[in-house]
Amino acid sequence: MLELASLQAGYGASNVLHGLSLSVNQGAFCTLIGANGAGKSTTMKAIAGLLRPVQGSIEFEGQRIDHLPAAQIVTRGIALVPEGRRVFGPMTVRENLQMGAFTKLYPRSTAGNRQVETRLEFVLETFPRLRERLPQQAATLSGGEQQMLAIGRALMSAPRLLLLDEPSMGLAPLIVLQVFAVLRQLQRSGLTVLVSEQNASVALAHADHGYVIESGRIVLADSAARLHDNDKVREAYLGI
Amino acid sequence: MEQVANLLLSGLSSGSVYALVALGFNVIFKSTGAINFAQGEWVMMGGMVAATSYAAHWPLGLAILCAVLAVVMVALLSERLILRRIKKPTALAVTLMMIAIAICSKSLVMLLLGKNPANLPGFSGSEPVLWFNLRIHPQTFWIVGITCLVMLATHWFFERTVLGRAMRAVAAQPEAAALCGIEPRMAMALSFGLAAGVGALAGTIITPLTLTSFDHGTVLGFKGFSAAMLGGLGSLPGALIGGVALGTLEALAGGLISSHFKDAVAFVALLLTLFLRPTGILGRGAVEKV
Ligand SMILES: Nc1ncnc2c1ncn2[C@@H]1O[C@H](COP(=O)(O)OP(=O)(O)OP(=O)(O)O)[C@@H](O)[C@H]1O
Ligand SMILES: [Mg+2]
Repeated sequence: MLELASLQAGYGASNVLHGLSLSVNQGAFCTLIGANGAGKSTTMKAIAGLLRPVQGSIEFEGQRIDHLPAAQIVTRGIALVPEGRRVFGPMTVRENLQMGAFTKLYPRSTAGNRQVETRLEFVLETFPRLRERLPQQAATLSGGEQQMLAIGRALMSAPRLLLLDEPSMGLAPLIVLQVFAVLRQLQRSGLTVLVSEQNASVALAHADHGYVIESGRIVLADSAARLHDNDKVREAYLGI
Repeated sequence: MEQVANLLLSGLSSGSVYALVALGFNVIFKSTGAINFAQGEWVMMGGMVAATSYAAHWPLGLAILCAVLAVVMVALLSERLILRRIKKPTALAVTLMMIAIAICSKSLVMLLLGKNPANLPGFSGSEPVLWFNLRIHPQTFWIVGITCLVMLATHWFFERTVLGRAMRAVAAQPEAAALCGIEPRMAMALSFGLAAGVGALAGTIITPLTLTSFDHGTVLGFKGFSAAMLGGLGSLPGALIGGVALGTLEALAGGLISSHFKDAVAFVALLLTLFLRPTGILGRGAVEKV
């Protein structure tokens, strides 16, 4: 479904990704694990169109998307939950969710409006906590609620591929488990999921497949279970 | 007593216009972080185009509509042809470009519409309305009424419509907004169109009281900017409060102290705001972002 081939990308003159390749199958739950500065966020940004690759290609459902800007990638069916959540703080929870479906609401159409209604209901069923908070300002939510809102906002565009950049960052262990349980549930109902994580133990415990990224290259790719038992991974990322 | 009431009324009408100019500054500041130095020129251009069309025997309403549309077009073209070419539209780059656009707009008006002062008639004549002992120019009602309407409409747009909310989203988190499918350039174009339209309208409603000419824009822009700073840069209600406060102070200083003082008030207000409360009356620390 998603195919990254010899991707090179970076900021200005300095390259961060040096020929990174990975592929995500339809319906899979994949994780990208790596240390600080390994290039996880850079990879996610390149896929979502926030960063234009210098070289290499990104294919989604058989079509190259590496030349598209972020605002168009959403319409192709990819949604990214950015690192640090980035909710629209001064806006209400309802407005945040509505913005997630912006491409369906504008230009205006009755069909689009109806889709957004059903989608909102789906997101609120997935995160019942958000329903109670609909009229509340997003900035006043707790960290965990903001993460739920960020994921809910991404789901509002009805993506086929959901990308999450370090969803566990700054959250209590129990909330992290809840978030991953929801991701698992979404994947079971057909969504393809790719999560970048520093928290390798949680990520490998929940995902099916994993990639290990080190200084802009994939150094290991295997099933999550085998990565979990891999000596190098245990030493470097699980601290066992 | 009567003199003070008269001064307050004239302060209210010039303050309303400053509020509209400040609104333009705030809309663009919110969406790009830049200071739109062309705002005052757009106000002047609105007045000049309306006055020229009216002088060519167009009906007043049509002349005003034409002025608003023309200035919106100029703003959108500036955005499309100049700002869009900037590779990285940082706040500073956009601000500098707007200075250039301001100079070009002013020259354009001077070359096309001439250097002579131009005038519009009061929208319902200029026979003063008697109210208690006050003689009120009927244009005052138009100015205050239109300002209130524009403020309400802008509020409704940002709070209630999908596009308005999208612009707030871009202002809050530009990258996350792009991830939601909101084109950052669309938000920028929209804010320029809105600021220009409101500015041009401000120019047409004040012209019956003050006349206008190609060199009026800079001062109007400066006063609108002072009003925006006073109320809090980026805050929409701040524009209203800052504008009316500045207009009133100016009128009182001009009438009670000396008319020489009138133009200095905006300058003093701007300096005091910068020293004492850089976020303005209603601002919430947005200025530090620049
Ligand atoms: N906006 C930027 N400008 C310049 N360099 C950047 C920028 N963002 C990241 N980098 C650099 O790119 C490298 C990889 O960063 P990236 O954010 O992809 O790492 P990461 O794997 O997501 O790390 P973390 O776990 O800390 O989020 C780092 O060396 C970082 O300094
Ligand atoms: Mg990161």
